[in-house]
Amino acid sequence: MVTVEDFGQFETTWCPGCGNFSILSSLKKTLSALDIAPHEVVISSGIGQAAKMPHYLKCHMFNGLHGRSLPVAQGMKMANPDMKVLCVSGDGCSYGEGGNHFLAAIRRNMDITLLVHDNQIYGLTKGQASPTTERGHVTKAQPAGAPSEAFNPVSVAVAMKASFVARAFSGEPDHLVDVMTQAMNHTGFSLVDILQPCVSFNKVNTFAWYKERTYFLEEHDPTNWAAAMEKSDEFGDRIPLGVLYRNDRPIFPVHDRLALHEYDTNDLKAVVQSYT
Amino acid sequence: MQDTSFNIVIGGAAGQGLATIGRLFSKGSTRAGYHLLVNQKYMSRVRGGHNTFAIRFGPDPIVGPTESIDILVALNAETLALHEANLTSRAIVIAGDDLETDAANVLRIPFKTLAPKPLFHNTVALGVLGAVVCLDAEILERLLTETFAKKGESVVQANIDVLRSAYAWVTSQEYTFPCVAPSEKDGERIMINGNEAIALGALAAGCNFLSFYPMTPATSVAMTLIEKGGPLGLVYEQVEDEIAAVNMAIGASYAGARAAVTTSGGGLALMVEGLSLAGVSETPLVCMVVQRPGPATGMATRTEQGDLNLVLYAGHGEFPRAVFAPADPEECFYLMHRAFDLAERFQVPVFVLSDQYLADSYRSLEPFDIETLPHTARPMLDADAAEYKRYLLTEDGVSPRLVPGSTKALVRADSHEHDEDSVITEDGLNRMMQNTKRLNKEYGLWDEVVEPDYYGEDTPDVLLVSWGSTLGACLDAMEMADFGKSVGVLHFKQVWPLLEDTFIDYLEESGTVITVEGNATGQFSKLIAQETGFIIREYILRFDGRPMSAEYVLAGLNTILETME
Ligand SMILES: Cc1ncc(C[n+]2csc(CCOP(=O)(O)OP(=O)(O)O)c2C)c(N)n1
Ligand code: SF4
Repeated sequence: MVTVEDFGQFETTWCPGCGNFSILSSLKKTLSALDIAPHEVVISSGIGQAAKMPHYLKCHMFNGLHGRSLPVAQGMKMANPDMKVLCVSGDGCSYGEGGNHFLAAIRRNMDITLLVHDNQIYGLTKGQASPTTERGHVTKAQPAGAPSEAFNPVSVAVAMKASFVARAFSGEPDHLVDVMTQAMNHTGFSLVDILQPCVSFNKVNTFAWYKERTYFLEEHDPTNWAAAMEKSDEFGDRIPLGVLYRNDRPIFPVHDRLALHEYDTNDLKAVVQSYT
Repeated sequence: MQDTSFNIVIGGAAGQGLATIGRLFSKGSTRAGYHLLVNQKYMSRVRGGHNTFAIRFGPDPIVGPTESIDILVALNAETLALHEANLTSRAIVIAGDDLETDAANVLRIPFKTLAPKPLFHNTVALGVLGAVVCLDAEILERLLTETFAKKGESVVQANIDVLRSAYAWVTSQEYTFPCVAPSEKDGERIMINGNEAIALGALAAGCNFLSFYPMTPATSVAMTLIEKGGPLGLVYEQVEDEIAAVNMAIGASYAGARAAVTTSGGGLALMVEGLSLAGVSETPLVCMVVQRPGPATGMATRTEQGDLNLVLYAGHGEFPRAVFAPADPEECFYLMHRAFDLAERFQVPVFVLSDQYLADSYRSLEPFDIETLPHTARPMLDADAAEYKRYLLTEDGVSPRLVPGSTKALVRADSHEHDEDSVITEDGLNRMMQNTKRLNKEYGLWDEVVEPDYYGEDTPDVLLVSWGSTLGACLDAMEMADFGKSVGVLHFKQVWPLLEDTFIDYLEESGTVITVEGNATGQFSKLIAQETGFIIREYILRFDGRPMSAEYVLAGLNTILETME
């Protein structure tokens, strides 16, 4: 039996009250409930406050570059399909710097789970607009208000028929655990966009702001793409939480563990021979 | 030594099939026992333009390309206009009977009578060329059979009939061309180009992961890996961009794959941050970089050695690396194999730096010796979970690299500065210890440096310093040089790290030292100055997108020696 304690207890560099804490504890709960031991999971992360997550957990980790957690994660999965691969990062990291990788990962559909701590702001670099910052939101770097329309990650993912698309809120930890569990149990690329208040730099999208607007999806059929498209577009006065969309698309082909791979010398000789 | 070789240039527009003729002829000559060296020039377009496929062939080993032409096969008028000036006195021109030429020795092929359909013009040209150089027709017939087997018996037979009629036609013509017999064959040879040899070297080293984004002239490395390595268990993915390629390879390598990326300078420019990640996370990575002229998109299908500086310095921060620069397909193969071994043993990025000329240059070689290749290093699959530290401080800087997923030991890799357990820390002393640990791997790399090769007599009057693919032109120039001075060649197939002790005597004891490089600024000679304090004052630099040739080196030598007098 794996317990929450198995994943350790670490000091963090997060601000008191930050939405990241409940995501961390929810992840520990999810992993232990799924009976996934620390050495059975690997977390690939990028750079940002959110991306420090694997440092606060006992597990295999590769804490790489800003925006690049998905390519690293996919490389790992291709090299070792037996590993449970998680990707953890912020909205700037995943949708800004790593935007192209996000699209490609949805298309590739490997069996990995992407958890995005979506605080609609850049936390670590102290409060600039992120791709999910709403238009007009005033920041130090955007004193006239963020000039661009916000990116809607779940709409884009549903539009691309991503294999699993969910939205959760760090202020609803039980629901978050449930969504994470479903994402990890799903075979294919799973996105969980997690609304995560940044108490230091986002004074607009606060705990209260999310609390007021979010509601749990009920009577929504996640296999109905058109309905999912409509629900995923809902962000403003009302924000639905839950699994928006799900399908059984074929996953990226898997292979044996590459660390154990040896070639047959005769096969290689035949390759050389093919050049005579 | 007398030059026994002949240089054949087949010229025409893209889409006319000149590469097919060239490859089949080269393969036939290889099987007959000739040595050869191919130099392909093509344009960045799928149809039209002017392309050439040059084959220098003969009974003795051949090391470099030449600009003079002994047999010109012209598939269009432009070929004649562009190349007639380079014909030697013994030259023969082979062209369609609709083309005009003033050359003395000409074979005008009546394509319409020799071939039932334009589709067979390539086979006619192949037959005429084969007959002119006295290549056994049976060898070409067998090649046509292998090539067209998939298309069925009747296609094979039709091609063989056309080939025979071309041979018969040549016999009935009057022309002069001195045939040379092939060398006694010492067994089967293979015909392979630089990019194919790089791919095979990778496979021989156990490479089993490739992530790539296509970029000429590196693409065919990836294509060869996929074609030949797919059945050997190579896992590959064409990714969204070079940034993904390098990061994906690093992820795969972390998880135990033997990973490689293939690209050219423009793609490597995008991979730079990832190289730094490989450096700090101590993840083995092999980068095959096939150069073309820059800056930026430059000339996609031409050659240059302009990216040495990029490869030497790519990646922010300080971390060790090794850079190999093969001169020919044989070195491509063995240095690639070595690159994987070093990358794993020292957990650093290792580069193999080639160029378009070498990439597309076929040679006939003894098959690679697979049996006697040394085993390449592997990461650990087992460790004590309680004691394992990914970034353990060690004397030689190499920490135990464990593949995650095999044991309960946690493998934690990081892009930040970290302690032995991969915990992020800004502690100053730890920073110095971890950084020093990583840099200490350089000493180990020094012990493994491939020393430069020296050719020629001791203490020559003139020393040509080459690296990578300029070696052949230098060796040819050394043979041909005829100005009463002795010439030596010092060749570097590993350009980083440089070990002063292994070559400084050559520089200090020779008369005039000249670097021969395919770039405009003498990047390698500056590197030597930086590392040794020895300043090379003379350069022969080529940066018109064309490969270094003996003629070019000799012209440069003449100018240098004249101004010195
Ligand atoms: C290539 C690169 N560019 C910029 C940065 C600086 N940087 C670090 S974190 C970050 C943004 C973080 O925002 P987000 O991903 O939303 O995560 P958060 O800190 O809000 O959790 C930036 C721009 C970097 N480390 N690397
Ligand atoms: S800056 Fe924001 S996101 Fe980062 S730890 Fe503080 S509250 Fe959390």
